[in-house]
Amino acid sequence: MIDWLHPSLVLILGAAVLPLLPTGLRKAWMVLVPVTGLAVIFGLEPGEFGRVEFLGMTLVTGRVDELSLVFAYVFGIILVIGMIFALHVKDNVQHVAALTYAASALGAVLAGDLVTLYVFWELMVITSVWLIWRRGTEVSFASGMRYLIVHALGGVLLLAGVIVYYQTTGSIAFDQIEPASAAFYLILAAFLINAAVPPLHAWLSDAYPEATVTGAVFLSALTTKTAVYVLMRGYAGVELLMWLGVIMTWYGVVYAVLANDIRRILAYHIISQVGYMVCAVGMGTTLALNGASAHAFTHILYKALLFMGAGAVIHMTGKSKLTDLGGLYRYMPWTFLLFMVGAVSISGLPLFSGFVSKTIIIEAAAVEGRGLIYLMLLTAGAGTFLSIGLKLAWFTFLHRDSGLRPTEAPVNMLVAMGLAAVLCFVIGILPGPLYAILPAPIDYNAWTIGHVLKELQLLLFTGLAFFLLLGFVGGKNKIALDVDWLYRGGGRTAALAVRDRISATNARFRHKAMDGLSAWMARIKKRHGRDGKLARTWPTGSMAFWVAVLLASLLVFGIQQQ
Amino acid sequence: MTLLEFMPFIVLIPLIASGIVALLPGRNLPWLVTLLAATASAVIAAVVLPAAISEPALSYPFGNWPPPFGIEYRVDAANAFVALLVSGMAAITLLWAPKSVASEIHGRLGTFYALFLLALAGLLGITLTGDAFNVFVFLEISSLATYTLIAYGKDRRALLAAFRYLIMGTVGATFLLIGIAFLYMVTGTLNMADLAERLPELRDNNAVRAALAFIIVGMGLKLALLPLHLWLPNAYAYAPNFVTVFLAGTATKVALYVMLRFIFTVFSPDYSFVVLPLSTVLMVLAVAGMFAGSWVAMFQIHLKRMLAYSSIAQVGYMVLGVSLATATGLTAAFLHLFNHALIKTALFMAIGCVMYRTGSAKLDDLRGLGRQMPWTLTAFALAGLSIIGVPTTAGFISKWYLVLASIEAGAWWLVVLVLITSLMAVYYIWRVIEAAWFSERPAGAAPVPEAPLALLVPTWLVVALNFYFGLDTRLTVGASMAAADALLGSGAGLP
Repeated sequence: MIDWLHPSLVLILGAAVLPLLPTGLRKAWMVLVPVTGLAVIFGLEPGEFGRVEFLGMTLVTGRVDELSLVFAYVFGIILVIGMIFALHVKDNVQHVAALTYAASALGAVLAGDLVTLYVFWELMVITSVWLIWRRGTEVSFASGMRYLIVHALGGVLLLAGVIVYYQTTGSIAFDQIEPASAAFYLILAAFLINAAVPPLHAWLSDAYPEATVTGAVFLSALTTKTAVYVLMRGYAGVELLMWLGVIMTWYGVVYAVLANDIRRILAYHIISQVGYMVCAVGMGTTLALNGASAHAFTHILYKALLFMGAGAVIHMTGKSKLTDLGGLYRYMPWTFLLFMVGAVSISGLPLFSGFVSKTIIIEAAAVEGRGLIYLMLLTAGAGTFLSIGLKLAWFTFLHRDSGLRPTEAPVNMLVAMGLAAVLCFVIGILPGPLYAILPAPIDYNAWTIGHVLKELQLLLFTGLAFFLLLGFVGGKNKIALDVDWLYRGGGRTAALAVRDRISATNARFRHKAMDGLSAWMARIKKRHGRDGKLARTWPTGSMAFWVAVLLASLLVFGIQQQ
Repeated sequence: MTLLEFMPFIVLIPLIASGIVALLPGRNLPWLVTLLAATASAVIAAVVLPAAISEPALSYPFGNWPPPFGIEYRVDAANAFVALLVSGMAAITLLWAPKSVASEIHGRLGTFYALFLLALAGLLGITLTGDAFNVFVFLEISSLATYTLIAYGKDRRALLAAFRYLIMGTVGATFLLIGIAFLYMVTGTLNMADLAERLPELRDNNAVRAALAFIIVGMGLKLALLPLHLWLPNAYAYAPNFVTVFLAGTATKVALYVMLRFIFTVFSPDYSFVVLPLSTVLMVLAVAGMFAGSWVAMFQIHLKRMLAYSSIAQVGYMVLGVSLATATGLTAAFLHLFNHALIKTALFMAIGCVMYRTGSAKLDDLRGLGRQMPWTLTAFALAGLSIIGVPTTAGFISKWYLVLASIEAGAWWLVVLVLITSLMAVYYIWRVIEAAWFSERPAGAAPVPEAPLALLVPTWLVVALNFYFGLDTRLTVGASMAAADALLGSGAGLP
């Protein structure tokens, strides 16, 4: 009798079977597997399950409590929506990667110990990179490679941290991590890389815009939010995070204003929105942590919706730059409408989901009496509305006619976007069920006159400013330098000059060394190669000789001892 | 019938079946009977193992002659574990056998499978018996059958390889016999338990010391411990694939078991490790074997030979565990004995699949084959991970315990050596992967179809076992610990 079924297992098994199915059945399977997974998630009971004995350690593969459940629910929901959005894609690799990626994110969220967490953490990287590579362009390959390298580094940091943690505390349980040893910083660094905290964020804005149209939906939902979850679990109340979070909210907004690629704008806004959550984790009060969970939940839905809208545009037009787009609302009215639901949700417009979650975090800052934080979080919201609700929407769907004549997006895309939009709206007007599943009981009402007025004022004046300054805020077809400049682009050019210098001076030296080495290699091959001394087939006599030598030496030793 | 009365049938079933199989006509019937016999042995061994772990030792007197006068079968955790390994691997490799044998051996197969059963019965007999002379008898049965099996190889060099193995194997068996004869001369008994009781009084007897030396060298030969390994590469390389697959998983393992049984049970460790500098000798030879085996494997272009040299290196790991003479070290040795059987069987099966389709095991002929035989070469790559010792594979578990044992013994430098030889394994496995996936198929080479399912399914079964035992270590670690305890005796002191 199975009393505990790990939802990740369901998804991984489903993914394994998927490529074997005939095309017709595959589409049904692509919906059935995530729905089954979601059903299993909703059936989870609080407790610790799936204990595995491994090398003297007890691994807990399933820790179900209020905190992990919030994330598990929304991961399950977004997987269903994302798979529907990807139904028309014929590339099995992407589907398998998406399912296993979601499975590993779920596994990480349900992990009760650091070893299990590490395993799923690495699996997430290995599976998600395919969602970038399968775009099939050279840019996406290079970008995926950088993504892989950065996350491999994060994985190594995490592993090192886990080992140090185990050695100093003798436990692998994953709970609040005390700043007692180097493990605290190692694990924190690994988590911060995944949470895309500047200056460790550049992988995100680099890779997500280059991902496949459907893959970006999963990417936007899973990796950073898993990082938010682990930060909540291990680093709640670490003051450093609060400041990092506030910086993130603004960092993302500023770069989003400068960006031109529609999905790059959205990617920078992930950083900005995750900033709210990281900041809340740093505050660490019950209200703030509730706010972080709630915001993660709503953020996943509306951000996926935005990525789906942008993806639909790219899928239908083949263009992704604001300067190439415009006037699409006439040809893709549904996409436009659904995208706007996401846009106003992220901006925190009352009636939509962002409003009911973001305000909790801002309220938490106010309750704590942190004036500067409060102000910065509040005003970053204006920047969000400016670049997504206004700039992105205006220059993509309205504005001048770009000459593009796309048709409406495929039905499955619209259905997936519709599902997400409905959820955004329902949560916005009826936040009760969301509040009920938060980690701690919450007594908070978003719908006070104060909150509503404050948000409306902010948004209205932002809107006013936008239209007054319309000529200046449009996308420019330029490159905005970010930290990744250090390991590509300009930094590389500078490095190249230095490298040429160095290589010129050491070329001669290396040449000599290589000559020496290859001569050495040739000698080794000659002596130890296929027919080298050790590998030669010896005549029976010499075998017998060795037998005699060994026996004689043993006997001499043995009898000498008398 | 009680469990105890069932136990001898682990050996008797293959022994009796071999007589029947020898008379059977055709090609499929002998195989079927052989498979049934091996499976029956494996099932009984699997039933006996839990009992052997929980109880002190099962003793079955043959012909109701009470030991020490009659021959006794004496089963504890150590040999029950090895017996399960041998009979289990025999059953699994038999599943793989029909297609592979069909491509290499022509005519009726009754004799071939009868010889196989004899070899199997011999190996199982060595494992289960509690009588020293009986060990020699079964050793000869299995060895003679094995020489013949190797000579079945398609390549004419198989004859020479078999002949060399015959000479060396006979020297080894003779040494064992000389050792046993010395013991009989001074004690007047052949029963191992009885020997163990009488030997302590004869600590200073030179004949006893000589006996120990002879037995260790004799078994070192059968075990292919460097520098006594010279028969192995050719024997493995030119034998029929099915025979290689079976031998790689079982023959050297049983030889190691015999060596351990004599060192630990018959002579007891506080004698063997004191009288002879056994710890040092074994450790030096083990490390030398690990390095020399891996080193040569790195340059081989015949893949079966490469794997054979890798086996010599792996034997080094097992003996290294033994040389530490601690409970953890022995556990590591037993674990690797079991896990290496799984790893090497999987690797040889994959190469066997390649040979079935291309007829060659040369590295050059493997170029670009990854795309044409993806399942086969993926199986090879996964089993390769296991031999390297990547976490989640069986190979990792045994190396982990070996490292633990080394650290426990305060020998940090051994950890470094184990890691270096693992890196060498990365190199020789990577060469194959590079040839299969990263090189172009030579121009003009005929397209090769994927290996048939009859070969692929058992191969993948063993690969899956490699990963299963890398994750669920209850059976392997539990049985290995029990085996180590059984050999060391409860609480026996160690030097």
